[in-house]
Order: sequence, then structure tokens, then C-alpha cells
Amino acid sequence: MNLRITLATTRRILTQLRHDHRTVGLLVGVPTVLMVLLRYVIEQPAIFDRLGPLLLGVFPFVVMFIVTSVGTLRERTGGTLERLMTMPLGKLDLLLGYALAFGLLAVVQVAVAATISMIWLGLDLAGPVGMLLLVAVLNALLGMALGLFASAFARTEFQAVQFMPAFILPQVLLCGLFVPREQMAPVLEQISVVLPLTYAVDAMVELTRTAEVTGTLARDMSVVAGCTLLALVLGAATLRRRTP
Amino acid sequence: MSVRGLRVDRGGRPVLRGLDFDVPRGAVLGLLGPSGCGKTTLIRSIVGVQMVRGGTVTVLGRPAGDPELRRLVGYATQQPAVYTDLTVAENLRYFGSVLGASRHDADRVIAQVGLADQRGQLVGTLSGGQLSRASLAVALLGGPELVVLDEPTVGLDPLLRQELWGLFHELAAGGVTLIVSSHVMDEASRCDRLLLMREGDILADAAPAALRARTGRQDLEQAFLHLISEREGAPA
Ligand SMILES: Nc1ncnc2c1ncn2[C@@H]1O[C@H](COP(=O)(O)OP(=O)(O)OP(=O)(O)O)[C@@H](O)[C@H]1O
Ligand SMILES: [Mg+2]
Repeated sequence: MNLRITLATTRRILTQLRHDHRTVGLLVGVPTVLMVLLRYVIEQPAIFDRLGPLLLGVFPFVVMFIVTSVGTLRERTGGTLERLMTMPLGKLDLLLGYALAFGLLAVVQVAVAATISMIWLGLDLAGPVGMLLLVAVLNALLGMALGLFASAFARTEFQAVQFMPAFILPQVLLCGLFVPREQMAPVLEQISVVLPLTYAVDAMVELTRTAEVTGTLARDMSVVAGCTLLALVLGAATLRRRTP
Repeated sequence: MSVRGLRVDRGGRPVLRGLDFDVPRGAVLGLLGPSGCGKTTLIRSIVGVQMVRGGTVTVLGRPAGDPELRRLVGYATQQPAVYTDLTVAENLRYFGSVLGASRHDADRVIAQVGLADQRGQLVGTLSGGQLSRASLAVALLGGPELVVLDEPTVGLDPLLRQELWGLFHELAAGGVTLIVSSHVMDEASRCDRLLLMREGDILADAAPAALRARTGRQDLEQAFLHLISEREGAPA
């Protein structure tokens, strides 16, 4: 682990994004537009207050999953990963470099969407804004770590994009966004208990409910962080210096 | 550098079938042979990214892939491995900081490969030859002691090829060892030593002059064909 190399990697990824205005625009703009859309589709402030934060929790997760799985796949197929593996770069340097860059991006993404939601769309947030950003970053990092792990199983970018519905949609369906988890069939509720997005979304719900940092919130955030670490370790194991 | 009994399987088939050779310091070794004979596989074994089935590869006194070697070995893959959405200078800056090279070093290698006019250009917009030179520049960063280049001169015009070979010899004169693969025989004569490969075996390991003398062919391409037919027992 080498701080200089980690930061250089973060700067490299951010520079790549700086050259790609459209991707940055989409990353920051789409969640905001969807929040506006949701607000006017629902038209009932009470329901928007319930669903809005859930979506704010889901966006960074989904977006970072896609961006990371495609990004690391490009490093694998483009030969840059092979080149880096012959250099004094540790796997952790690369992973943390990605985490830092996408974590920053998630802060911007959620800050914009949350600001507009609260000021313009009238979303009520009981908890502190700082916590909202922190949970969003955790969710982004969870998406990133899962994306990195998933990319190891994709041979092509087509496959990588298809992993999104496979890895993500079941979690989105079961996380309580559409139907509260208590109302699901017991089997499905049991499944939702082991899916990390459930806790990511639950943390957002806690934040809208109360101004205090509750035990539930702390538990949710630890579960998300734990799953992120686990996925990162598994993802690191798929980055091989020697390949067949 | 020395290779002993190196055997590699890829996709369930043997690709390298027990190679033995040595490369002295400061030599320019040409790795030649038909497409698919295993040049890239051998190069990957030397830089330590290939899973090998048997044998040893020793580079600068250490086993290939040793962490100590990661600063000392420069590598350019056959497909240019640079970020197409960064400029030439940004690419070199990134790889330079990974290697711990100075920023001044990026300017040096940009000049060496003749990309000074393109330094602020996005790599994705470079011409094919410029792109492969950008990838070559990364391999020269940080002053490596061994430089391994997989077909660095493909798609370059004769003038540029001549300039690059001049650069390779200049590096070698400074004590750098170079391993350069190619399947263009006219480049063979510019190497100090040639390793002719065919189907995962070494057909010949000699200096160009020795090869000409042994086969009685002035043209290295003819010499190579002669060796193949000799090996297969047919009259040349
Ligand atoms: N990932 C892989 N899986 C299975 N077989 C492979 C793989 N990579 C290469 N091969 C096979 O190994 C053999 C040697 O390949 P290699 O890339 O080393 O050839 P090469 O000499 O570099 O060829 P070229 O001059 O065309 O670049 C080929 O027959 C190739 O089909
Ligand atoms: Mg090759």
C-alpha cells in the first residue's frame, strides 16, 4: 500500500472523467432529474418523503456498480491492467484509488440530488445532511466493490452491463423500495435480510425518520461497510498478477 | 537474464515447450518467428504476468515477477496499453508516478519517441503509429534496466523504424538490455542476438552474422526458411 500511487490513481480516474463531460453530466444530472420526475409522478408529498430518500440511497449504488464494472473491465481488456501489474502498484493501491475517486463522485452526485430534493421538491430530512452524504458514499462504495467483483466474471462489456440487472435489480426489488419488507412473503423477506442494499436503503429511511443517530442506523452502516470490505477483498482476489 | 526449461500451456495446449537461453546485459535480443509461435507468451513470462507450467526465468538475478523487478523492467504490450481518454502527457504522468519517476522523466521519454508535438493530444485521437509510440514511451519511463517490447515497430514507416532502432542501440550502449519481438525479418539484422522461434521451440539462438555463416544465406529471411526446412528434414 502506497499513498502516492493511490492518489495518482485517483487523480488519473478523475482526469479521465474530466475529459468525458457527458459521463459526468449523466452521473450528476440523471439522479436529480429522476428525483424531480418521481416528485411530480407521485404528487403526494407524504409518499415522496418516504420514497425519495430510498432512491437517494439506491442511485449511487447502482451508478457506481455500472461505472466500476465497465471501467475495470476496460482496464483488463485494454491491457493497462497487465501493464500496471508489472509495475510497483499494489492491488490495494488500485482499489483504493478507485474507491477514493468514485467516493468523491458519489458525494457530488448525492449532494446535488439531495439539495434540489430538499429545497425545490420539499423533501423532509430529519437527520443531519452530513450523515446523508456519508451514507450515500458508503452506498457508492458498496456498488463500486460489487461492480469490481462482478467485472471479474465478465468477458465482454455486453456481459458487464448485463450484470447490472442480474446483481442489482433483485436487490432493488427486495430492498423495500416498492413494497415494504414487512409485507413481503416470508421467504422473500428472509432473502432481503442477506442482501446488502437492504441495509443501505434502511439507513436512508432512518435518516429521514429521526434526527438522532440511532442504533439501527449504526447497524445499517456497519453492515454496508462490512459488505463493502468483503466485496473488495473478493474483488482484489480476482485481480491477478499472473494470468493463464 | 536466463531462461531454463520454460514450459507454458495456454488454453490447454503447450505453447512454449521447454526453452533455454541467456541474454547478456546490454544486448539487443531480437525475438522472431511466425505469428502464433509464442513470442508474446515468452515475453509475458519474462515480465512475470504469465502463469507458467515449468522451468525458471531469472531476470537481473531475481525470479521473473519479483517485486524488486517492477521498477527495473519496462514492458510494452503488443496491443498499445495506454488510456485512450487521457492525453499523452497525462498517461506518462500517471505511469510515471506509479513508478516513482520524476516529472522531468516524462518529457525525456516523450522526446525519445518523437511525440513532443502530440503531448497534449488525447491518446484516442493519435494515429496508429503514434499510439504504439505512446505505449513504448511508458516502457522507457523511470530508466529501466531491462526493456521488453512486443512488436514495437508494427505500422511504422521505415524512417521512424530506423530512428527507434537507433534509440534501442543508444539505450543498449548505456547498459540497458532490450528484448524486442518482431516478425519482420529485415529488423533482425539490427539485433545483436536473434532468437528464432517456431511452434514454441527455439530454432536458432545466434548473432545475425553467425546465422548467415551457418546457413550460407545472406538474407536472414532465407536463412530462417533454410533452418525450418533443415529441421523438417527436407532439402533446402
Ligand atoms: N489466452 C489464451 N488462451 C488460449 N490460447 C492462447 C491464449 N493466448 C495465446 N494463445 C495461443 O498461444 C499461442 C502463442 O500465442 P502468442 O500470442 O504467444 O503468439 P505470438 O508469437 O506472439 O504471435 P503474434 O506474432 O501473432 O503476436 C497461439 O497459438 C495462441 O493461439
Ligand atoms: Mg504476439
